[in-house]
Amino acid sequence: MFGRSLFAVFAVVAVASGCGGGSESYASIVDKAKNDKKLVIGVKADQPGLGLRTPDGSFTGFDVEVAKYVAKQLGVEPSGITFKETVSANREAFIEQGQVDMVVATYSITDARKQKVSFAGPYFVAGQDLLVRADDTALTGPEALNGKKLCSVAGSTPAQKVKAEYAKEVQLQEERTYSACVDRVLGGQLDAITTDNVILAGYAAQHTGKLKVVGKTFSTEKYGIGLKKDDTAGRKAINDALEKMFSDGSWTKALQASVGASGFALPQAPQLERY
Amino acid sequence: MEALLNEGGTILAAFWMTVRLTAVSALGSLVLGTLLTAMRVAPLASLRATATVYVTVARNTPLTLVLLFTGLGIGANLGLELSDDIATNNFWLAVIGLTAYTSAFVCEALRSGLNTVPVGQAEAARSLGLGFVKTLALITLPQAFRAVVAPLGSILIALTKNTTIALVVGVAEASVRMRELIETYGDQVIEIFLGFAAGFVLLCLPMGLLFGWLSKRLAVAR
Amino acid sequence: MTYANLYERPGPRGVRRNRVLTALVALALLAVAYVVYVRFDEKDQWAAEKWTPLLRADVWATFILPGLAGTLAAAVAGVVLAALFGLVFAVARLSEHRWIRVPAAMVVEFFRSVPLLLLIFFAFFGSFVLIGVNISAFAAVVFGLTLYNGSVIAEIIRAGVLSLPKGQREAAYAVGMRKGQVMRLVLLPQAVKAMLPALISQFVVLLKDSALGLIVGYDELVDRGLNGIAANFSNVIPAAILIAAIFIVINMALDRLAHRLGASSTRRSASSARRS
Repeated sequence: MFGRSLFAVFAVVAVASGCGGGSESYASIVDKAKNDKKLVIGVKADQPGLGLRTPDGSFTGFDVEVAKYVAKQLGVEPSGITFKETVSANREAFIEQGQVDMVVATYSITDARKQKVSFAGPYFVAGQDLLVRADDTALTGPEALNGKKLCSVAGSTPAQKVKAEYAKEVQLQEERTYSACVDRVLGGQLDAITTDNVILAGYAAQHTGKLKVVGKTFSTEKYGIGLKKDDTAGRKAINDALEKMFSDGSWTKALQASVGASGFALPQAPQLERY
Repeated sequence: MEALLNEGGTILAAFWMTVRLTAVSALGSLVLGTLLTAMRVAPLASLRATATVYVTVARNTPLTLVLLFTGLGIGANLGLELSDDIATNNFWLAVIGLTAYTSAFVCEALRSGLNTVPVGQAEAARSLGLGFVKTLALITLPQAFRAVVAPLGSILIALTKNTTIALVVGVAEASVRMRELIETYGDQVIEIFLGFAAGFVLLCLPMGLLFGWLSKRLAVAR
Repeated sequence: MTYANLYERPGPRGVRRNRVLTALVALALLAVAYVVYVRFDEKDQWAAEKWTPLLRADVWATFILPGLAGTLAAAVAGVVLAALFGLVFAVARLSEHRWIRVPAAMVVEFFRSVPLLLLIFFAFFGSFVLIGVNISAFAAVVFGLTLYNGSVIAEIIRAGVLSLPKGQREAAYAVGMRKGQVMRLVLLPQAVKAMLPALISQFVVLLKDSALGLIVGYDELVDRGLNGIAANFSNVIPAAILIAAIFIVINMALDRLAHRLGASSTRRSASSARRS
């Protein structure tokens, strides 16, 4: 008796928790955009300047602007977009399950990820950098970190890389969120935060005059737009949309509006890597 | 299996951290929990109130938040630096957080243990001229401890498992290592999980048996 | 509950001494509070711009209430499934058949020993390898909560059944009930009733544990509320204080419920020391 009801409830939970995904499945994001005029897009929700959920419930940031532009090119107005929070751990899962149609969430293109999803872009080339207090003139790059305290978010490899390649004597602090790292650096307890420069620029823009990005990158991260693995038509359409965004000036404008306040030197639009 | 075999050393190191966290926090919780119990039955209303509020707050806050408060609140904002070395500092902050949380449960267990001690025990002690502290320390608490050996064992096991949440303050114990391994060896998730689960079973099961045996041995015959 | 038997009623001198001591305790507490206040003030933690957002209606509507809904959804699903799991395995462990009892005991002991965090990680990252589908964060959290708390609940219920007088079972058999009926109609209802305070305590644990969902990005009170607010206003500490207060209020209400039920239940429950 109990066994049967247990399974019944499990089944209900499994269905309720969204294993099913969307109402109708399309072969390509292009078809879905054209027919439904609706898209679900995965973005970060806790990264100022890139993808941030604001108190009024909307999302802002560079990733969000890119997503809106691309959606528009595919024929979907901003009112037809549902933004959904993704975290680093669940991006591939969300795409594979069809919980989102595409992901624009500081999503680095890597070969390992290409096994599971496909990427349009890159729409931005970021690099690992350091965020320090604005009045800190001693920390000019990763080599200067010896004897200093460096913050990173748990489970991220960038900090290990700094220790292994640049500054053996650096002390690493892992935090759950960048907000917590920022708190500690502002409080003077730690000296620097490391991750991609554009993410850091978002925090520098949020704390204008108190934090700055060092501006010496020591890696290359190509941010792509993730979508279903076999959606070649979708990849092409998104790449076309990005091409247009780069050339008509919207790309620079979006970047300037999102992280410009940090004093971050805005780069040129990247070269698309179609495949 | 490859992941577990290749990384055996680092996995053992991570579990060693789990053991150290558990052992030090358990000692701390026992001391602080006993102190809190004494405060809760003390003649001073202010001490009783303080302990009651403390236990209520600590017991009802998720451990994640308790550890966040120790890491950011005590560590970053109160500026408590227990060591210049970040790893050591984080270890002690985690111990403070785990102790703060677990001692509330120890206090609750001990208090229910005090209830099992017959009134006559304390009355006899008082009639011999013992004051509050001596009555508590020499007569009632020792009997209370013997009555709650089994619940204390449960709390110790829970503490062992709770050390995995120390990742909130950046302590690299077993759960952190497991997550890193899952990220590196994505195809061996099941083996990795079973390996770490076995580690915790090996830690917790003997504790359960030991405390079960102890509680029978030490039970006060009445 | 009073513990007056631990000390004599104080005389006039004792009353005076207690007053002085009370004042000293109060002073000590004030001193601690003052140090915390000053140190936090140095770090600007009391700045109005960190606290006022917590009073805004839109902040509640966007971060706190959806987070609370997520926490409660996971907790409710977890409670229902953990209760079912607990019932099934309590009965299985009480079975007369060795081949049911022993595996059931192994399952329960296993899940009692494995930290919840590991279970959630495993469900979230391992589901694809195991069943070919990536399960949602919600499912992973509920999976973990069910197995972890379910095994504890199984033990609570089993202890409840074992604590019942033998006569209950014998009388039920005597009126011609079958094994299943005895368990279902006579033993389980009484055991559950006797253990209600302990069960509710375990549900409080479950509710608190749902906060671990943040590890896999489940939208609950700590992730959506705390981290969401802090990302906008960089006020980790004030937001954490608010979120903790919400948890404390909910859990105290549940605790009170447990006490009321405990008082009304005639049977003295066995040691209900809560497992953390």
